[in-house]
Amino acid sequence: MSIDLGMPTLGTSGVPRLGEDESQTKKDFTSDQEVRWCPGCGDYAILAAMQGFLPDLGLRRENIVFISGIGCAARFPYYLDTFGMHSIHGRAPAIATGLATSREDLSVWVVTGDGDALSIGGNHLIHALRRNVNIKILLFNNKIYGLTKGQYSPTSDVGAVTKSSPLGSVDQPFDPVSLALGAEASFVARTMDSDRKHLTATLRAAAEHRGSALVEIYQNCPIFNDGAFQLVKDRDEASARIMQLVDGEPIRAGEGDAARVVVRGPEGHLAVEPEATADPARVVRHRVNDTDPSQAFALSRLDDPSFAQLPMGVFRSVSRPTYDDGVRSQVAAAIDTAGGPADDRALEQLLHGHDTWTVSD
Amino acid sequence: MSSKTQQILDRVVIRFAGDSGDGMQLTGDRFTAETASLGNDLSTLPNFPAEIRAPQGTLPGVSSFQLHFADHEVLTPGDAPDVLVAMNPAALRANLGDLPRGGVIIADADEFTKRNLAKVGYPTNPLEDESLESWALHAVPLTSITVAALAEFDLTRKEKERAKNMFALGLLSWMYSRPTVGTESFLKRKFAGKPAILAANLAALHAGHAYGETTESFAVSYTVQRAPKAIGTYRNITGNLAIAYGFVAAAHRAGRPLVLGSYPITPASDILHTLSGLKRFGVTTIQAEDEIAGVGAALGAAFGGAIGLTTTSGPGLALKAETIGLAVSLELPLVIVDVQRGGPSTGLPTKTEQSDLLQAMYGRNGESPVAVIAPATPVDCFDAALEAVRIATTYRTPVILLSDGSLANGSEPWRLPQVGDLPNLHVEAPTEPNSVDDKGNPTFAPYLRDPNTLARPWAVPGTPGLEHRVGGIEKADVTGNISYDPDNHDHMVRTRQAKIDGIDVPDIVVDDPSGDARVLILGWGSTYGPIAEAARLCRAAGAKVARAHLRHLAPFPGNLGDVLRAYDRVVLPEMNLGQLALLLRGKYLVDVRSHTAVRGLPFTSTEIATVIHEHLEAL
Repeated sequence: MSIDLGMPTLGTSGVPRLGEDESQTKKDFTSDQEVRWCPGCGDYAILAAMQGFLPDLGLRRENIVFISGIGCAARFPYYLDTFGMHSIHGRAPAIATGLATSREDLSVWVVTGDGDALSIGGNHLIHALRRNVNIKILLFNNKIYGLTKGQYSPTSDVGAVTKSSPLGSVDQPFDPVSLALGAEASFVARTMDSDRKHLTATLRAAAEHRGSALVEIYQNCPIFNDGAFQLVKDRDEASARIMQLVDGEPIRAGEGDAARVVVRGPEGHLAVEPEATADPARVVRHRVNDTDPSQAFALSRLDDPSFAQLPMGVFRSVSRPTYDDGVRSQVAAAIDTAGGPADDRALEQLLHGHDTWTVSD
Repeated sequence: MSSKTQQILDRVVIRFAGDSGDGMQLTGDRFTAETASLGNDLSTLPNFPAEIRAPQGTLPGVSSFQLHFADHEVLTPGDAPDVLVAMNPAALRANLGDLPRGGVIIADADEFTKRNLAKVGYPTNPLEDESLESWALHAVPLTSITVAALAEFDLTRKEKERAKNMFALGLLSWMYSRPTVGTESFLKRKFAGKPAILAANLAALHAGHAYGETTESFAVSYTVQRAPKAIGTYRNITGNLAIAYGFVAAAHRAGRPLVLGSYPITPASDILHTLSGLKRFGVTTIQAEDEIAGVGAALGAAFGGAIGLTTTSGPGLALKAETIGLAVSLELPLVIVDVQRGGPSTGLPTKTEQSDLLQAMYGRNGESPVAVIAPATPVDCFDAALEAVRIATTYRTPVILLSDGSLANGSEPWRLPQVGDLPNLHVEAPTEPNSVDDKGNPTFAPYLRDPNTLARPWAVPGTPGLEHRVGGIEKADVTGNISYDPDNHDHMVRTRQAKIDGIDVPDIVVDDPSGDARVLILGWGSTYGPIAEAARLCRAAGAKVARAHLRHLAPFPGNLGDVLRAYDRVVLPEMNLGQLALLLRGKYLVDVRSHTAVRGLPFTSTEIATVIHEHLEAL
């Protein structure tokens, strides 16, 4: 049951769906273009997951648009047989904002990377998130500049030795989840290229969310930053480190005697303690719909370059008015109040204004 | 009725000058509206500082509004005022140099205090020291009379003083026999929720009028007969308002929604303000986080089938360059309005200049041609907006519309069009595949061009079967797939240029009453008024001069080369250091003579007339 607030509630509301006797397959979403990422690139897995997921979404293919910026990830739209635009560095969220605001009937996705979204396009990203435009932003984070061949990025670890930081990077990185939460994002999640099931579930949750959804996808660059996420990809290591976020549940990593949970310390900070000795009253439960972003933000700070613990999944999913719905409702209300779309006469009245005079001879 | 004498004048130039907070722009606007309603032809020029409130009473804080009205066609706001209304010593000091001797000064004597005189370096009071004896001086205690006239009102002294601009307006309205009824209804709308302020302003307005009628120091009032004008209904309009309305009308005639993506910048912000209030016309405005996002949103909307518009000034155009280049590559319709101001960098934000021409033409990486047009007058801004949309949607290209600060804020009477007479801008949206693939199946080729316009199909998301990808990487012609092929790139670069070169634009028209002039004076953009007036002055003095004005700057009209070569001398005044002259010399190998000034102010017609005479004599 849902209460009708007069505004659409699902991310895909207003987008035409397939008829009951129609179906789409992965093939329908696969373009005729040869995929040109490096062998072993995490982007292949993300593309495959997306092509597998889109048919299930049930939207008409022609009403789906992918807009990307610049970088390896930005080639994504070419490989999907939907509408697509490979735009310029960092600007995809701005272009998507214009499209999504003017076209309620489209499902608009932005594909971006850590350099594209957080460095050159940082301004557009934070403003798209604060406005809560109904666009889905997939941030492929490989912690390196790939297409320009291996410079450190705004998510590279301090000390990262790269082509442009031979003595180690001295740049403090962003945590994309922290940044998005600070930018008033209504939906923030983290997932992994190699975990198809988790990735698909996260994409689905993002698609269904009405408003901006920021999905950080850890993505391996086998050429310039291979193994950056190996600790959390290795089956044994991963279970000890990854904390799957489940709404209402304790936030836990590891099993048996090695299990650890997130607790709230005496001064309010979050900390991780062995589950066996943790005070049950202080064990933190995930609250994905909490309107106060403080706990989600604190969770995003548990992560560090050593991946001692890594929260994964949906950090935050809250409902608040979207920018594009607001803009469209103002236009619709103005037209409605005026008695319908403007005709020639209405336009002439506008042009005339209040002070006219007539020359008749 | 008044027993005073009335004289008939054929033209008057009045300049209202005061502190930024004195309401001079409003006073000027209202006097203009009254004048327009009498059927005089007119032209206005506001001139104000970038600071919202510079220190009170100082020279940097002076704001002015000049109005030229006549019983004949008016082409400029007037080279020099006949009447200067100076609300304080700073306004007198800043403007007296422009007032020819013999001109009328109406000064608020109350403001000529020791302190205010000192602020602007007057050692003695010019209203009393006879330094103004070459002018017709009316030192009127405007402030104290206004306060006295409002004695009965339950308002603070400050609030009463604030109505002094309405007193001045009433006085000038009496002097030039202007009706005040339009201003009265304006005030009623403006102060609808503040009855006390409304009553005070109305009382001040009437007191000013009565003051003129009864005071001995004003012996004469004037009338200016109405100017012969084509039959029709008129209003007065500024360039920025005309641009905003032009795009609303263009979208209406295109049958598509208008989407503006914009970031506030002087002197373009008024267009954003106006359009944000026109949602009833299906207009969407997105106030973006920066200039780049503004044009990005417009481009995104254009991809979705809307009329995508962004508005800015020179610094913003610089920031938008990369996105405009993307639009060149995507071959999507996009309109960019640049209301030019003094540059470089922040430059002179509230002053006018024409120095973005080369930026508009070439300010992008790679060979990235766009169409460029420039309106000639405030009213022409309306038609130029429609023309920009016509070119953008017909040829699927960015179009840059170059207005400037003087057009933006200047105003003139506009004969209102019938909406049905405006150009039909309907463009068919493709719905069917336009090609077949290797196996003979129908397919959509996003870069398969119209053989006449070279435009590619504007297929929008939501159209089944036309799914396709576009991008800034070079594309193979026809298929739009990524292509690094050398020959394809060469072909695409030349094709994009050929598309712009092939835009259908009207021939340039030469105005030469003599038929055998040897000197052509050429202009573009807002220099139209001063140049046309200068040509009129020269012809009245017996000189033969031809005149032509460029509205399309990319592509140039097809006959332009022939026109330029038909004269012994081509003279080109520009408010830059010769940017159009450079283009014309490069393209047509004609020895165009530049006349340039970058003072942040429009040319005067006498200045241009002098230039014409010099060239005539040199031949």
